Amino acid sequence: MTTKAKATESQTIEAGNLVSVQRPIRHDSAAKHVSGEAIYIDDMNEPVVTLHVVPGWDRDTVCGRLISLDLEAVRATPGVVAVITADDVPGTNDCSSAAGDDPVMAKEEISFFGQVVFAVVATTREIASKAARKAVFDVEAYQPLLTQEDAAANDSMVLPDYQFRRGDPEAGLAGADRKLDGTFRIGGQEHFYLEGQVAFAMPQEDLGMQVYSSTQHPTEIQHTVAKVLGVTDALVNAEVRRMGGGFGGKESQANQWAALAAIAARVTGKPCKLRLDRDDDMIMTGKRHDFRVDWQVGFGANGLIRATDIAFQARCGYSADLSLGVNDRTMFHADSSYFYPDAVIRSRRLKTNTCSNTAFRGFGGPQGMITAEKMVECIAISLGEDALTIRKRNFYTEERNVTPYGMPVEEHEVLHDIVAQLEASSDYWVRREKVRDFNKHNAVLKKGLALTPVKFGISFTLKHLNQAGALVHLYTDGSVQLNHGGTEMGQGLYTKVAQIVSEELGVNLDKIRITATDTSKVPNTAPTAASSGTDLNGMAAKIAARTIKDRLIAHLAEQHDCPPEAIFFRDDKVVVADETFSMAQIAREAHMARIQLSDAGYYATPMITWDRESTTGRPFFYFAYGAACSEVTIDTMTGEMIVNRVDLLHDVGHSLNPAIDIGQIEGGFVQGMGWLTTEELVWDEKGRLRTHAPSTYKIPTASDIPDDFRVRLYEGKGNPQDTVYRSKAVGEPPVMLANAVFCAIHDAVANVAPGFIPDLNAPATPEEILRAVRLMRDQAHRAAETAVKPPVKAPVDPEGAPA
Amino acid sequence: MRETIRFLRNGSVVEVRDLRPTDTVLDYLRLTLRRTGTKEGCAEGDCGACTVAVGRVVDGEMVYQPVNSCIQLLGQLDGAELVIVEDLAQDGRLHRVQQAMADLHGSQCGFCTPGFIMSLFTLYHAKGQSRSRKAVTEWLAGNLCRCTGYRPIVEAALNSCFDEADDAFSWRAKDTIAQLGQLDDKRDVLIGNGDGFFASPASLEGLTAIYAQHPDATLVAGATDVGLWITKHLMELPKVIWLGRIEGLDRVEESPAGLLIGAGATYQACEAAISRLSPDLGALWTRIGSKQVRASGTVGGNIANGSPIGDTPPALIALGATLELQSREGDRTLPLEDFFIDYGRQDIGAGEFVTGFFVPRPKPDQVFRCYKISKRFDQDISAVMGAFLLTVVDNRISEARIAFGGMAATPKRAKTAEKALTGASLADPSTWNEALKGLHADYTPMSDMRASSAYRLETARALLVKALMEASGTDPAQLRLRGPDPDFASESMEAAE
Repeated sequence: MTTKAKATESQTIEAGNLVSVQRPIRHDSAAKHVSGEAIYIDDMNEPVVTLHVVPGWDRDTVCGRLISLDLEAVRATPGVVAVITADDVPGTNDCSSAAGDDPVMAKEEISFFGQVVFAVVATTREIASKAARKAVFDVEAYQPLLTQEDAAANDSMVLPDYQFRRGDPEAGLAGADRKLDGTFRIGGQEHFYLEGQVAFAMPQEDLGMQVYSSTQHPTEIQHTVAKVLGVTDALVNAEVRRMGGGFGGKESQANQWAALAAIAARVTGKPCKLRLDRDDDMIMTGKRHDFRVDWQVGFGANGLIRATDIAFQARCGYSADLSLGVNDRTMFHADSSYFYPDAVIRSRRLKTNTCSNTAFRGFGGPQGMITAEKMVECIAISLGEDALTIRKRNFYTEERNVTPYGMPVEEHEVLHDIVAQLEASSDYWVRREKVRDFNKHNAVLKKGLALTPVKFGISFTLKHLNQAGALVHLYTDGSVQLNHGGTEMGQGLYTKVAQIVSEELGVNLDKIRITATDTSKVPNTAPTAASSGTDLNGMAAKIAARTIKDRLIAHLAEQHDCPPEAIFFRDDKVVVADETFSMAQIAREAHMARIQLSDAGYYATPMITWDRESTTGRPFFYFAYGAACSEVTIDTMTGEMIVNRVDLLHDVGHSLNPAIDIGQIEGGFVQGMGWLTTEELVWDEKGRLRTHAPSTYKIPTASDIPDDFRVRLYEGKGNPQDTVYRSKAVGEPPVMLANAVFCAIHDAVANVAPGFIPDLNAPATPEEILRAVRLMRDQAHRAAETAVKPPVKAPVDPEGAPA
Repeated sequence: MRETIRFLRNGSVVEVRDLRPTDTVLDYLRLTLRRTGTKEGCAEGDCGACTVAVGRVVDGEMVYQPVNSCIQLLGQLDGAELVIVEDLAQDGRLHRVQQAMADLHGSQCGFCTPGFIMSLFTLYHAKGQSRSRKAVTEWLAGNLCRCTGYRPIVEAALNSCFDEADDAFSWRAKDTIAQLGQLDDKRDVLIGNGDGFFASPASLEGLTAIYAQHPDATLVAGATDVGLWITKHLMELPKVIWLGRIEGLDRVEESPAGLLIGAGATYQACEAAISRLSPDLGALWTRIGSKQVRASGTVGGNIANGSPIGDTPPALIALGATLELQSREGDRTLPLEDFFIDYGRQDIGAGEFVTGFFVPRPKPDQVFRCYKISKRFDQDISAVMGAFLLTVVDNRISEARIAFGGMAATPKRAKTAEKALTGASLADPSTWNEALKGLHADYTPMSDMRASSAYRLETARALLVKALMEASGTDPAQLRLRGPDPDFASESMEAAE
């Protein structure tokens, strides 16, 4: 040790207070985002010999047998270097996550509109795009299965049926005072990440391949590329610094494009880049699952639910993809926040000739929860009670605290507290009166109000995914390089994990270099998904940083003959008893003393024990909670809708970064609102997706956000589970705050003819709202004609009988 | 004749000789210059990730407009200043709008951010905007963000865009204006040869001559439609004639009789005059495309291409607008409604082009209303667009002109309904029924991804009822979720309470 700092300086550094975490630090790339310097894959400087890959497909086929494929005109196009088909795949022609049913290029059969059959490799992307349209297909068309009804009638499934059952729901339903049933349709959702799918493959020595991919799952990119090239995993490396949005759409769906780029690179020996055109992206890649739900609920005269029978039918598309986990999560969330004494929750995973539906923020949870909320709205209407009253009456409590799949709801008090706080801060009951008054005085415009809860299970329900690794290097100048298995898609994961390492090592953030996610640095990672990015990678990085720090402490304690408790790290400095040193000094010194300054941290989530076969155990480490209150106005002549005010209160435990968490909450809410209102996927009668660009597929824009938008973090006791700094996951749960918007629209429609139950499906587009309004008026009209009192039975879907 | 295009960037003149007529500004930036800050999100001018700012001199002052570079032809930059996201930070210091976006957490994934920054940059330089959420959200309607939910972006805009401009661009504005003045040489531009070219005539005579010689050429005004032929349909357009430099083609002349709008005038350029002609039409105007689209797109182009998705033709037809066309054979005028023959077919001859149109001002005894129904409020294409011009004498309708978009292959008048409405009493809604039935005779709309046929018919009826109710004195606040007045929504709330 050479320099001694002044005693006064060391006094300014205090132990115990957190300095890096729990602060609203801005996104690590914010300055690069706003200046255009942040590099996405298509922005990388590419070698001059780089070739461009464009997938080819048959624009006239939804499904059928491929009789012949004439690629002569494609090959003859000047600038085209190669045309590749399934026959050119060196390894296995499959890019699925697990099921083995996703060909990189279709060979004998085309299974959906937009399926890739070949790929063009050319000197420019423009040449490849134009050449790809010159292929001549001869296809024997088959009758496609498009809807849930088509698939169910043909027993066409990607995965076996599954169900949870508790108690005797049949007896419960039969014995209940009241009973309601209905059919509810929930639309899918396009991710619309602003950066489309893109991959860039560079051939290496020894059949190796370096792949840059806009992916949430670099390990799966590595494994997929190795599989299609027929080489070992060790020969492939996948890297991603950042994505321009993911939302689940780059979990499994990035594989195919990396595989195609890698095959093209192998075939040509040149670096090859594939960036999907927006229309191709929207046509070819999977979306949020759309559902048909047939539900029954039995309840008492007080609105207390006695039993439920909920049957989910998901359109999974032509292959399994991630449909198992998605549909399981729908079932796990079919209770929303409500206790079902007796319940059966059924799930069918239907196979259709449509793109393969996939992960999307919430991963099936939103569809389960909106079903429960719809059910509760109907119960309330049938009893003439306020929906919030019925909600609260059915909440999990101390005595009624076990979910239909057997997991206890430990933090039910947090749920109650959040709802009570929001009920007060949103002025719910006063506004309920105002809404009633408005509706009394307005014939054309009608208002609706709703306050809905969120309870979302945190952990991958596939147990083995709940693990993570991180790699932390401390250099001898006191700077740090940080790497982990999580990917950055805008959610601020890199920032949060850097804050954690900064906190743990006492190194300022500007000394921490955040490096791109790279399968050669941290192997065998889970996807950045299930809201788990920070919980897993933050903890792994914390452990790595802690290990390095412990080594330094042990060394310093010995050197300075002081107890370890007298040593602490802050602001790039190390305080050892009454002396202060720079981190650089300490690092250099430790290096000279041959102390390892690098560590690979590893973390596996404790406590989770879910056994899918026996449907028992604990699938989630904990739940994240929240609540939302929305007020809307609809135009009953046109079906148009405006969201007037939204109040959100959300639980993130002790927030690691309040600014980033608020960003996730607002962004998630708005994305959920889009799913339930304007975002409508339309397939024509032949099975062709017609909404494949932003001109036809409408995500929310700035003016769709309510003028009055109040968002707060719930100030509670932090996560009762031992998560990183007692924080909670925040990526997905806020999506379901948007259920309040749908329920408010439902409420507004219900106000058209009080006492009758709206038949409103999601998304509630103007056309859907108007349809529901018309059905309300028809019901009221019929009732008036026959002088019958309002029925308590929900209307049956006219398209088909309930299952 | 000049054989290059010239534009200004960072104070220097950029001259481009090698130019394919279909080269876009975005490809030029990303592929030629390798400046990759500007992003491609959709390649159809809908997401705004590719937004750049284009500066021109208007009434002696620099005006910066946001432009979708993905569908803007490189040749359209001739005579303008181009500003891209990389140009804003000076000496390592972020521009004020960049700083605000970073500090207020306006970026998450960051991919849409450069486009937002450039839209904010143009708002920062815009004059006379009121500091309001509505002003911001209207300005940003053409920029999609999938991460933030927009709140922090709107805040960044409110915090950074409404003070007097004080940046490198405002400091050197005088020099910029002088430099642009020098670029404005009033010479015809032709790059290429008889088989393929980009041409930019400086006068109507020049246009008439080259178009007569090459009637197969594609006329381009704003390229907000033609741009998509290139990026989406991958069309080869060997001959392109850009109309943006033609002297006088962008005229907007207001008179007591009405508005004369040149075919080269952008939506943006005539917005104020349109609002004065009819507040309802002015409100509709702000929902046509986005700021980016309105800054480049022209009504003339929308009409001339016979685009079935235009919101303006039905309104203009209801108002009784007339169209002016010209060719080497001379010029002619015809009612706008007669121009649209069928889907994709217009009454226009070889070598003939639209020079402008005239919109009569509604008379004191006339009520004009128009309504647009779309899935999303902003930047969406109508499912149904209805426009109504009702002449009212003694509370009776003496004449009705009704036109709808989205109800047929072309913008079309509701002749049966119009006839049935003649003589109807505003005081007696039962006299409206024949007209409502008449709409079923007038239209057989199609079903598509925007709406079903049944919904279109039902809302068409609803819109006619609304127009009649408003004409008979019902407070619009009881009939509209949002109205022409910025404070409309809050007023309607108060009225309700």
